Amino acid sequence: MSEVLTRTFMTALVSGGILAGVPLMFTALGETISERAGVLNIGLEGMMLVGAYVGFVGAYYGHTVYIGFLTGLLGGAIASLFMVVLCVRLGLDQIVIGIAITLAGEGITSVLQGAQFGTTYPRLGAPPTVAIPLLSRIPVIGPSLFDQPLIVYLGFTLVGVVAWIFRRTNIGLNLRAAGEKPEALDAAGVSVVATRSWAALVTGCCAGVGGAYLSIVGAGTFTPFMTQGQGFMAIVIAMLARGKPLWVVFGSFLFGICLSIATALQLAGIDVSVDVVNMLPFIAIIVALMVFARRSYLPPALALPYVRGAR
Amino acid sequence: MTDVTTEAPVPGARIPAERGTSTRLAANVLDVFVRSIVPVLLALVAGAILLLALGRNPLTFYGDIWKGGIELGAWQDSLMRAAPLLLIAIGLTVVFRANIWNLGYDGQFLLGAALISGLGPWIVTREPLWFALTVLFLVAGAAGAAWTIVPAALKAYYGTNEIITTLMMSFIGVGVANILIKGPFQDPTVNIPETRVLPLDKMLPSIPGTRVHVGVLVAFAAVIVVHFVLTRTSFGLRLQVLGANPRAARHMGVKLPRVIVMSFLVSGFLIGMAAAADILGIWGYVRSNWNPAYGDTVIPFVFLARLNVLALVPYVLFYAVLSTGGDLATEHANLTTDFLLVLVALILIFMTLIEYFGRRRALGTSYLTPGLRQSLRVPWRTTSKAAAE
Amino acid sequence: MTKRFPGVLANDEVSLSMYAGEVHCLLGENGAGKSTLISILSGMLRPDAGEIRVDGRPVRIDSPRAALELGVGTVYQHSTLVPALTVLENLLLGDARGLRLNTRPARERLAEFASTLGIEIDADAPAGELALGRQQQVEIIKALWRGSRVLVLDEPTSMLTPQGVAELQGVLRRLKETGIAVIFITHKLHEALAVADRITILRSGRVVGSLEHVRLEQSSAEELQAEIVRMMFGEEGRTATDVAELRTDLSAEEGYGAAHAEHADTLLELVGVSARPIGGSDPGITDISLVVHEGEIIGVAGMDGNGQRALAEAIAGERSTSAGDVRLYDAPVGKLDVAARQKLGLRYVTDDRLGEGVVTSLPVSVNLFLKRIGQRPFWKHGRIDRTAIDREAQSLVTSFDVRTPSVATRAGTLSGGNVQKVVLARELSNDPKVVVFHKPTYGLDLRTTRVVRDIIRDLAAGGAAALVISTDLDELLELCSRILVLSRGRLVGEVENGPHASERVGELMIGADEEAA
Repeated sequence: MSEVLTRTFMTALVSGGILAGVPLMFTALGETISERAGVLNIGLEGMMLVGAYVGFVGAYYGHTVYIGFLTGLLGGAIASLFMVVLCVRLGLDQIVIGIAITLAGEGITSVLQGAQFGTTYPRLGAPPTVAIPLLSRIPVIGPSLFDQPLIVYLGFTLVGVVAWIFRRTNIGLNLRAAGEKPEALDAAGVSVVATRSWAALVTGCCAGVGGAYLSIVGAGTFTPFMTQGQGFMAIVIAMLARGKPLWVVFGSFLFGICLSIATALQLAGIDVSVDVVNMLPFIAIIVALMVFARRSYLPPALALPYVRGAR
Repeated sequence: MTDVTTEAPVPGARIPAERGTSTRLAANVLDVFVRSIVPVLLALVAGAILLLALGRNPLTFYGDIWKGGIELGAWQDSLMRAAPLLLIAIGLTVVFRANIWNLGYDGQFLLGAALISGLGPWIVTREPLWFALTVLFLVAGAAGAAWTIVPAALKAYYGTNEIITTLMMSFIGVGVANILIKGPFQDPTVNIPETRVLPLDKMLPSIPGTRVHVGVLVAFAAVIVVHFVLTRTSFGLRLQVLGANPRAARHMGVKLPRVIVMSFLVSGFLIGMAAAADILGIWGYVRSNWNPAYGDTVIPFVFLARLNVLALVPYVLFYAVLSTGGDLATEHANLTTDFLLVLVALILIFMTLIEYFGRRRALGTSYLTPGLRQSLRVPWRTTSKAAAE
Repeated sequence: MTKRFPGVLANDEVSLSMYAGEVHCLLGENGAGKSTLISILSGMLRPDAGEIRVDGRPVRIDSPRAALELGVGTVYQHSTLVPALTVLENLLLGDARGLRLNTRPARERLAEFASTLGIEIDADAPAGELALGRQQQVEIIKALWRGSRVLVLDEPTSMLTPQGVAELQGVLRRLKETGIAVIFITHKLHEALAVADRITILRSGRVVGSLEHVRLEQSSAEELQAEIVRMMFGEEGRTATDVAELRTDLSAEEGYGAAHAEHADTLLELVGVSARPIGGSDPGITDISLVVHEGEIIGVAGMDGNGQRALAEAIAGERSTSAGDVRLYDAPVGKLDVAARQKLGLRYVTDDRLGEGVVTSLPVSVNLFLKRIGQRPFWKHGRIDRTAIDREAQSLVTSFDVRTPSVATRAGTLSGGNVQKVVLARELSNDPKVVVFHKPTYGLDLRTTRVVRDIIRDLAAGGAAALVISTDLDELLELCSRILVLSRGRLVGEVENGPHASERVGELMIGADEEAA
């Protein structure tokens, strides 16, 4: 048992946790914005996959990770356009369209991958990192937290920005009203549709970046269905975080650790069945939901399309 | 905000004349046709465009689907593939009618499959065959139903969102199934992680004169039984009321927790039975990490059939042909079979789009109205969005 | 202004003028087209024909934003405050100037408004926690926030106590003095006469008459009442004493609701009943004790959100009680569910007709028996008997005069009055003994209102009993022999109907409010 607490294990755990947690953080943050505004994105899994594939392709052909993240962002945005047009603007059922986006995302990325690369899985090299002097030398957590690609630091800043937007800006107020009581927002003269559209679009961008991170930094390549349910994990994190960005970070890294425990255990020489370990994040979620059954917070107007004049 | 419908029709105001019954019937039939067939056609066209974009020939592709799905006895394979699809589709219809999202079908299916391929070789040797097979069907059904208990209870008693709970249970279920297959159910005689193979003479017998196994008949029987239950029994009405308006259901005295749990259990049971039909009819064993994801592909048809179990049959048969033929077509076109996922997603999208355009012309249609028994005052031109809701 | 909806001509060439510093009342019964007109003014609906002019200039109001920019602020009948946001945040909503929220200038402005109106408001309180009267005042401020010069109030008194109404009238007087034009929509004649400088009467979508300041001052209340009634209802010979809404002088009553025989049986009794709140603004009920005798019509007064729903649901069996006994014919029914209590004759006519009273996607015939699912003769061994349902439904539709193309029509397509008749038909068929009515005539046109009130009176006359829960004090004064007052989930008093009953009920409502504040 003492092997568990060795330095190798702990370092592997933390760095693995960060690695796995970052895509969750981006995606869940985006989903928080949408959910606050009353849009439920079941299609997050599909958006992440699109971001992952398009991001990988961008980084591969563009020879730099930054292009990859940009294309990933755009890919996610385009995928979310379906939500924007069909659900927010036309008022179609958010859950049905979300399922369609997930299926389409899974299918399209798999097909494109096969068509473009066939059975080869070209790899990207390790991404460049930016090491923060001094801090990156702290044992165990130093390299994990402070020697990361730029995008990770951007991610953390984004969390702060989003929190600030929610509390202290007009945009944040509009978002919250759109999710709580869209009639009030409409009566106040603000377009509910526009507010929700932007929210969904931003979510798509975030999910795209999260997916791109998965393929560019996480695996270095794209494999079909590589998100393995992380899109849904992000939805759960957003729901349990009750709309608070800080909790999103906490939840993302908790699940990140769950996801990375398998590798960490292997590195530490402990042999546990892969299947059991892979189930851990999901079991954790179910347990969390059972324990916090009464407390997950969802805005009252979530997943309900807004039509002026209808009650 | 004004609710226009509370204002009584004013004497002297112009009210559109009631259309003659024959024109109304024709209009309804056209309506149903448009909503049911057009989305599929549009999806096929969009799929063809996609194929062109990828540099493949859509005509050969769809031609291969016909060849691989129907010709030369392939229709029998399609029919057999339809069996689990149909059972899963029925299972989903039951819960969707109650507006409950059971998205855990993968896990429920695989657990059923794992259990019967593990226990199967043992059970079939000990009893008369028909008895053993029936027991296995029930075991699979029970496994599927059991796997819905946690999400069902969480929703019924705490209102926990079932989309997430069923999805999570699904991932867990897949994991547990794999563990079972690699562990206690592992075939000790081979190195590959899979269960023992059922001998052919111990699997579901075929319908005389064909290669088609009787699991297909089980599926069709289920269609009839479930349709009766959903449309003619008090349970079915309670389900419908719950799906239409949970608050009204509570007001009418429908016991919500009971109905929620029952519908989950029925759904899980049917999905488990689908696994029995598939394993006992075709495969005879299960390999680890196998997931045919039938549920994902059948969902749009559940909606397209307007949650009517009878209407499901042609749709599922269509998809079974698409899927069986698709094996051949995607191979020829050098694409992964996941292309079918894209087609299915397109069907979903077009279906909702058509529903949107349809909604603008008819007052308040929903997925829940059964067949042509509805009677609407349909103004063919609405003048305000508010009145159209 | 002309506005058409399918099957209805809601506004037929309506013309109105509003002047600064004047309270202009738009009077008409429910269904006359008042709300449609207001929706057009506020930008929620667009007219089919007609013109709007501000300061003599023709303008287009195609969205709420446009209305606000043109200086028209609206206070809707249903709250447009976001309960989870604070008062300040609600006021700032939509008033975006740049990225950041400008809280400091907003606070000052709020204080100014509050003093102008003569009230006090806590800027940081969540809007959902304010009392209804206070919420309405915030909405008035919100409507005026961006410098509106026209204030539209849609049925503002429906949620207020008599004293709250007086307070509102005071607020309006002060607003008048600042030069704002106020449009006040109501279906209650006595309210219109109390505040208006000008009255326009709508009937069936048309303007049928208008009374100006001078006329209003010179004529007596009875003369005006007679004239207005004539304009509102034509020569149908209806007298104002028929309906409470039309009476100007509610304190001089003759019939005080159904009297009850001295030795009538107790049909329904609540002994110390409590029920827990269910989310939102529902306070639940605490320690309620009441008795309803055979042949009685008892009223429960109180503003919305004081536990009415909890009370009704606890009696009906929809909500479980945490303490006390609900007794029917002197036997406890606490363990029985809705269906069982229905069978015993205990019925509940809900206020939320479309939200829970009927299932809009199901046909009228099925809706009529939804509380009897699984029971004979409509279900045999769990299997439905459609012919039996259709046959019985047809007979109910005829006897309750439900206007519907057929019993197979989807309930959601019926007009509000007919939906209410379906609900009544369901609850009052099959031998009702004790019926709880929650806001039975809310939003209904006058004819249907009279029909419903007659039904309630007939019910009591036939030996059953009625418990009428309503925020409409006039209605209770017309129907009930005794009126209980509900405040924050408790019964704070009981008033025998008679002269001055209205004031006494109002005092009870206010008194409890003040204590709790």
